[in-house]
Amino acid sequence: MMNAVSMQTALDIKSIRAMFPALSLSVYNKPLVYLDNSATTHKPALVIDGISDFYRTRNSNIHRGVHYLSEAATLAYEEARNKVKDFIGAQHSHEIIFTRGTTESINLVAFSYGEKFVHEGDEIIISALEHHSNIVPWQMLCERKNAKLKVLYFDQNTELHPEKLDELITPRTKLVSITWVSNLLGTVVPVKEMIEVAHAKGVPVMIDAAQAIQHFSIDVSWLDADFLAFSAHKAYGPTGIGVLYGKTEWLNQMPPYQGGGDMIETVSFEKTTYNQLPFKFEAGTGNFVDAYGMGLAIDFIRSIGIENIAAHEHQLMEYAIETLSRVENFMMVGNPANRAGAISFNLGSIHHYDVGMLLDKMGIAVRTGTHCAQPALEVLDIQGTVRASFAVYNTTQEIDALADALRFINNIF
Amino acid sequence: MFDEWMAKYEYLIELAKDLPPIQPEYKTNEYLIQGCQSRVWLRADYQNERIVFTADSDAIITKGIIALLVRVVNNRTPHEIANINLYFIDKIGLSQNLSPTRSNGLLSMVKQIKLYGIAYYAKFKQ
Ligand SMILES: Cc1ncc(COP(=O)(O)O)c(C=O)c1O
Repeated sequence: MMNAVSMQTALDIKSIRAMFPALSLSVYNKPLVYLDNSATTHKPALVIDGISDFYRTRNSNIHRGVHYLSEAATLAYEEARNKVKDFIGAQHSHEIIFTRGTTESINLVAFSYGEKFVHEGDEIIISALEHHSNIVPWQMLCERKNAKLKVLYFDQNTELHPEKLDELITPRTKLVSITWVSNLLGTVVPVKEMIEVAHAKGVPVMIDAAQAIQHFSIDVSWLDADFLAFSAHKAYGPTGIGVLYGKTEWLNQMPPYQGGGDMIETVSFEKTTYNQLPFKFEAGTGNFVDAYGMGLAIDFIRSIGIENIAAHEHQLMEYAIETLSRVENFMMVGNPANRAGAISFNLGSIHHYDVGMLLDKMGIAVRTGTHCAQPALEVLDIQGTVRASFAVYNTTQEIDALADALRFINNIF
Repeated sequence: MFDEWMAKYEYLIELAKDLPPIQPEYKTNEYLIQGCQSRVWLRADYQNERIVFTADSDAIITKGIIALLVRVVNNRTPHEIANINLYFIDKIGLSQNLSPTRSNGLLSMVKQIKLYGIAYYAKFKQ
């Protein structure tokens, strides 16, 4: 995935920007500089119009009707599943479960895998870099089962090491769940090596790919991940839809997450038998319109080329680190060798919230605070950060604007 | 418009710098206000039948806003505080113009100030 880095970007960012209606917004009479892409990206017109068009021409409940429209909607939903499967290199489309997003995907595994495989005294391992979504579901599982949550800590460069994971794993370890890219710091975790270490001891691994899917190419078969989760809204797609990828062997052994329509085969008051994959895990009417929208977002990414996106963002990141480091008081948080998507920083002793509010007034959108990663900040012993995060449509001019704005803020205080 | 904003912020920052800091021993969870993205501590003392507020925040703009609030509410009776109409927040354009999360923080601050008023009123009936 990282060999893309040396490539020259051939992207015409101006014409890419033109595909995103929201990027021409002004805020407080200033052109919007949107650097909050880790929270959510904007959507290309292809996605926005496609969803609207779907409601106009193909709307009907899936898997249920005998009629033309229902058939068309069902087809679109299953086509979207296939697109996701190809996009992440999965073997089978039934290994793609549609969920509300990363959070629901992780909760699904914590519940269903947990019900089947985790018992009193067992252990789950997560890392200290995790987003709350990859912490709390495991805590809840551990509480339910009287199991133990163990934490893999990062080093002074905010990097995680497979050897340390190896040391943590015991015969009671039932699952490792770990992020690919830290939403707080941008640290890219060597997940392939983590998976190798865990698999060598027979422990399955779940990957939180919420901050990875939009930045570089992912191949779950190469990775050999047991589970992998992401959200469409952080990758140019609509909100309210995401994916759980799971290996067939695991998904088949796990009980359903929720009960309801579509996930059953037969229902009587005495006994219900469950549907096959993936429907066993998709109770109720699925979010088929947004699944279709996610398929369009994948089309968008493919039309640009994920390698080209990675190369452009890598250049942006290098430019940002270089440019911002020249700003007085600029203190980057974390120093990983491999960083994607986001930079967290503070400006001297100025509170991150003050920085964020003033940036906002200058038309620059960033996120400030704890970024749903309070435990990581606790380890780093800081209250919060300002985070600038990038997407394919960001430019070096926008980074210059951020640097200028930070200099301006320096002068106020 | 931007200049107007900067002037407002610069004023808040000045106010913040003038606000006497809260004693370190009161910078505890007990005095921490929920609902602020930045941390805010607020303490109320009862002196000569009046409430005296001391407050602090780690974010300077927030601290400026509290300074403004404290100016208005300080040295009033519990009865006055419990019934105070904080229309001035709207009037000076703080509630609409500060970002939503910020005004949530402002709201929690106001709530807490009123709660102190109510509590002291219940205790001393004045
Ligand atoms: C690393 C990581 N995991 C999980 C999530 C949760 O994603 P969602 O809110 O879309 O479920 C996020 C979102 O910020 C994230 O950055």
